[in-house]
Amino acid sequence: MSVKLLLVCSIACYPLIGSAQGYAGLGTQVSGFSNPDRSQALKFPHDHGAHPDFRVEWWYLTANLKGTDGREYGVQWTLFRSALSAGNPDGWSNPQIWMGHAGVTTPEDHHFDERLARGGIGQAGVATQPFTAWIDNWELTSPDETLNNLTVTSSSESFAYDLSMSANGPLVLHGDNGYSVKSANGQASHYYSQPHYEVTGVLALADRSVEVSGQGWLDREWSSQPLEEDQSGWNWFSLSFESGDKLMGFILRSENGDFTSGTWIDADGHAAPLQPGAFQAAPLDYALVEDRTIPVEWQITLHEKQISVTIQPVNRQSWMGTLFPYWEGPVTISGSHTGRGYLEMTGYE
Amino acid sequence: MLLSVRSVSKRYSDSPETRAVLCDVSVELKAGTSVALTGESGSGKSTLLNLIAALDHYDSGDISIDGTSLTGLSDKARSMMRRTEVALVFQQFNLIPSLTVEQNLSLHARLGGRLDLEWISTLTQRLGLSDLVDRYPEQISGGQQQRVAIGRALAVRPKLLLADEPTGNLDETTSSEVMKLLMELIQTSGASLFLVTHSSRIASQLERQIHLSEGSLQ
Amino acid sequence: MKRATFGALISHWQKHPLQLLALVVGLAIATALWSAVQAINSEARASYARASAQLGFSGLDVLIPENGTIPVTSYVNLRRAGWKLAPVIEGRWRLPKGSVRLIGIDPLSHPSASALTDATTFKLVNLTSPLQIFLHPNTKEKLDGIPDLPPITLTDSLPTGVVLTDISIAEQLLTHHGQLSRLIVLQNKSIGLTPLAVLAPNLILQSANGSQTGRLADSFHLNLTAFGFLSFAVGLFIVQGTVGLGIEQRRNLFRTLRAMGLSLNQLVVLLLSELVLVALTAGGIGLILGYLLAGALLPDVSSTLNGIYGESVEGELALRPSWVLSGLGMALFGTALASGHAFASFYKMPILTIPGFQSRAHTAGTGYKMMAITGSGLIVTGGIAMVLFDGLLVGFALLAGLMLGSALLLPLLLSKILTIAEKAASGALSEWVWADMRAQLPGVSLAMMALMLALATNIGVGTMVSSFRLTFLGWMNQRFSSEIYVSVNNDEQASELVNWLDSRGVTSLPIRWAEISSMGIPIRVYGAMDHSRYRKNWPVLQAVETLWDDVFIGSGALINEQLARRLNLWPGDELALSTDWKVTVSGVYSDYGNPHGQVLVSLSNLLHNVPDVPNRQFGLKLPLKEVPALMKELQEDFDSRDILAIDTTDIKARSLAVFDRTFIVTGALNLLTLGVAGFAILTSLLTLWNIRLPQLAPIWALGVTRRQLAWLELLRSLALATLAAVLALPLGLLLAWVLLSIINVEAFGWKLPMFLFPMDWLRLLGLAWIAAIIAAAFPAFKLARIKPSELLEVFAHER
Repeated sequence: MSVKLLLVCSIACYPLIGSAQGYAGLGTQVSGFSNPDRSQALKFPHDHGAHPDFRVEWWYLTANLKGTDGREYGVQWTLFRSALSAGNPDGWSNPQIWMGHAGVTTPEDHHFDERLARGGIGQAGVATQPFTAWIDNWELTSPDETLNNLTVTSSSESFAYDLSMSANGPLVLHGDNGYSVKSANGQASHYYSQPHYEVTGVLALADRSVEVSGQGWLDREWSSQPLEEDQSGWNWFSLSFESGDKLMGFILRSENGDFTSGTWIDADGHAAPLQPGAFQAAPLDYALVEDRTIPVEWQITLHEKQISVTIQPVNRQSWMGTLFPYWEGPVTISGSHTGRGYLEMTGYE
Repeated sequence: MLLSVRSVSKRYSDSPETRAVLCDVSVELKAGTSVALTGESGSGKSTLLNLIAALDHYDSGDISIDGTSLTGLSDKARSMMRRTEVALVFQQFNLIPSLTVEQNLSLHARLGGRLDLEWISTLTQRLGLSDLVDRYPEQISGGQQQRVAIGRALAVRPKLLLADEPTGNLDETTSSEVMKLLMELIQTSGASLFLVTHSSRIASQLERQIHLSEGSLQ
Repeated sequence: MKRATFGALISHWQKHPLQLLALVVGLAIATALWSAVQAINSEARASYARASAQLGFSGLDVLIPENGTIPVTSYVNLRRAGWKLAPVIEGRWRLPKGSVRLIGIDPLSHPSASALTDATTFKLVNLTSPLQIFLHPNTKEKLDGIPDLPPITLTDSLPTGVVLTDISIAEQLLTHHGQLSRLIVLQNKSIGLTPLAVLAPNLILQSANGSQTGRLADSFHLNLTAFGFLSFAVGLFIVQGTVGLGIEQRRNLFRTLRAMGLSLNQLVVLLLSELVLVALTAGGIGLILGYLLAGALLPDVSSTLNGIYGESVEGELALRPSWVLSGLGMALFGTALASGHAFASFYKMPILTIPGFQSRAHTAGTGYKMMAITGSGLIVTGGIAMVLFDGLLVGFALLAGLMLGSALLLPLLLSKILTIAEKAASGALSEWVWADMRAQLPGVSLAMMALMLALATNIGVGTMVSSFRLTFLGWMNQRFSSEIYVSVNNDEQASELVNWLDSRGVTSLPIRWAEISSMGIPIRVYGAMDHSRYRKNWPVLQAVETLWDDVFIGSGALINEQLARRLNLWPGDELALSTDWKVTVSGVYSDYGNPHGQVLVSLSNLLHNVPDVPNRQFGLKLPLKEVPALMKELQEDFDSRDILAIDTTDIKARSLAVFDRTFIVTGALNLLTLGVAGFAILTSLLTLWNIRLPQLAPIWALGVTRRQLAWLELLRSLALATLAAVLALPLGLLLAWVLLSIINVEAFGWKLPMFLFPMDWLRLLGLAWIAAIIAAAFPAFKLARIKPSELLEVFAHER
């Protein structure tokens, strides 16, 4: 998952490089942080928690839901961590900055809110025994140290939700056992997902409160320098086909050629990384969103799995107008396969 | 000699080329007499009258009134001359619109320091203005306005009355009445009259007639 | 056809460039004055908003501790319960060169993070990393020589003496680890949150503290706005005059155009387009002028507000689109207003009417009467509105009715006065002069109205500002009767301080108060100890005879004027502070600058009814010359304990400086408004020039020299100015009365006594004369030098 990388990184880099460079600021190497290591196997529950020696990290949940009213809903809950420097001391001098994003998308509306907090005082953070991620009163919690059963809550002026999720499949490690390469030069992150959640719960909007159910996808990723200097942003797709198969694919956009990669997850949960370039995505239609032209419809092709599908947004205006803005919303899949998914696009300044 | 105009010339330089308006004009007028100056439009009649009234300056020659030469006279002295010795009646009447008939009648005399209420009252009566004294100029007829103008001019008991087409704006009947009154009052006041007109009928009522053509006396 | 017709209409202005100039300049100046004031006001407001957003003084509620400080864990617990709060650490930072006020904020939650996203102020990220401290350039020297400081960023957006930094740095510098001074309650519309009173029973919610100084600043801006509005009105008189003349003089043309088949509506549309064009052009010029003017005045305004109010206005002006639009809007609106009458008469104009000559004094008489009746109607309507309704708008309605009504009454008054003068005149010439002046009245009355309004505005605003100053300074001397005020943080410090003072023989009066809510209004109840300080100095407005005895035996209470007016309680009435706490109002005192209700009871009464009233503030009485030494000792002995001591002489001196600055600004606006009026006279004289000659020529022919006529023109202008000034005086005083006794009461809840300043009136008369002379000088000069031939043309046969 991706966007987030950019976002959080740019917060960290901001003071150093100035705002003009925006997302491109991710391409700067900062010393003092740990770097992803291919030989480092992921350990759980330890790696469900925070890695304060890495610059950026996130717990990123999206869900495609259907209400008892028959309508489509998309829900996002994200906790970002961005470190100004490595380490996690107690008190105000803590260099960890936490940022929460929450969104609810319907075919007609898109609501979002954000929260900011500093580490070290308990306002935001992630604990592993049992697993809890929180910022203010937004929480993602588990009764135990696994991610198998989660409860997520968020509330703002225009929406609130309280969802329960249980996983019916294993964790998926992307790339090389969780070591996910992000450029031809080898920039990488640690990246795993739990894409198999069954979700039920209640969603409240200004004018109604509905019971919802559907599927959820949690991404975990951390790194210290995930992008090449010339990479300007990315587009990330998480697709769940009705066949039970799933596909995660991303494009890192660059003047010198895009870098694409992804993971194929078959119905029984077995995951296989895609070779760079195997995952192909081409824009079909654009929308004017907040004065930006953004590709909201896509043609996705994965020859090795005979995938040739069209991706259409539930709401073309799924704009997260947060401190670092981006497009994030639920999509529907048609063509050779059908299904639902989430699309995230960053770097459209 | 009350009025003596000797070899007066006047050129205007405001048009593209200078233009002679009066050329070597000489006229004399004895006290108590009257003269009519006739001529075509543009012949220089009004210019001559303005020069005599010290309203304008001549280029050469000399004009003297009751022995006082206008040549080299200061603006102030020329103004004093108009306040007392010379009075004017214009075709446009030129009453002061902000003042009543009564105020207009006495204005000139008071400016000249020669206010004679009895004389003004005589004039008012003779001019038939008694019922109109409280009116403003725009509230009375043209003939009445010109009678006020004549009264105003004579109220100061000038030695010389200059009249420029005094009946030019009036119809024939009114014109005759006004001329008749003017001649009678000139007689009564003993002033001399220098009258500019293009009408030979009016000119004939005066003692003497002179004719101006293209700036020269015929 | 349209283009040709428009060309024909426009050609009028080519022939009469002076008229066009008058129109454009008049409108431009009106717009400039208005928009300059608007620019200053909006700049100041925007600046306060920034400053208060940065410092947490904004209109946001604040949670303060009952005693001491707030633990960080309390803050976190409230955040985790869903409340959006912003923590602030604040304290005195003692430095070798004096102390500064150190404020530590968390940029991630502080309201500045969203309010300050524009480039002029610092950004969130700048504060977070690398960590640095922000201060005004004037504060910098106090920090010279302090080792190991974070990088310093200088900014004009902070008041002098304040250092702003990240909360982590502030807690180290103040050694306040884990303790917060207050929590700003951010806008929070989420429903279903547990109330703060339940979550944090030991924190006190202090309602938005519209600080005292904020209200005074508002008052200052209200004055400026009134001034801008009045100036605009003055400028509009020029516009009305010239638009009317432009239509009057083109009657012939209109007649011809109509005869050629142009419909009345087409003609009106063309004329309107012409006016819109002129209005936009002039409005544009006015905006530029206004911008420059505001730029020139802003530094003075800025230092005014920076003084006592502590509100800093940045020295540079931002061009706001709303400001541009409102300026152009006002220009259009003003033109519409000023040309409405001319257009109405145009509609009524019969097609074949011979072009009218200038109306005469006596025919204008009925017009004057109609105007006077309308004017009286306006004044009466304003008065009735005042009686029937309440509110600030009504105050302004009264003001508008008074101004416009008086202006409409002016021609009739002037005409009557001139008739009397004419009757009293002895000489022929003076009689003519008065009669002539009366005849000219229709042409110059608009300019006279402008002059009168300008003078009245000056008298009114000047009286108000000066009265304000005298009253306020007097009040400050009474209210701040102690030489030093000290605030401490807890009861322990308090007793320590009292002992310390006792040992030095300094009298200290505790100032103890509790905030209660009565009848839905937050009220501060102060408990006073019997002391001659109160009996001698308290600024009482109304009281029963036994005032202080009543208060100190516990039955009586003093209330401030604001509360008295709001609840309509006056001496003798009963005030219920709670269900079982009733007192009798024994007096009302003035309390300028405070938006809230205040009650003063005896200390024992307060302590009996409200338990646990904190004892944190003290007023110290001591000889003035001992103040500096005691201040120094206080600071040394209580150095690390963060007490706040204020030397009142300092406050008083700063207040005085503020008013002097205010005078500079109002003085500059005064001169400009008079300048506008002077210009109105000039333009009316110049536009009248053509019809003036036929009136003067006969007099000249009767033997009045041109030089004399020129002098008479000057005298005439002086006489008119004098008349306008004499008539403006009562109007100006009435205006001041409305501003002080009605508008101030409506806007701020207090009434100010009015003082008279006759020397100012004489100065104004002098200025009016200067304006009149300057305005008449050019026409007079022209008249003195006119060629006889030009006057003779009047007599020419063919006219």
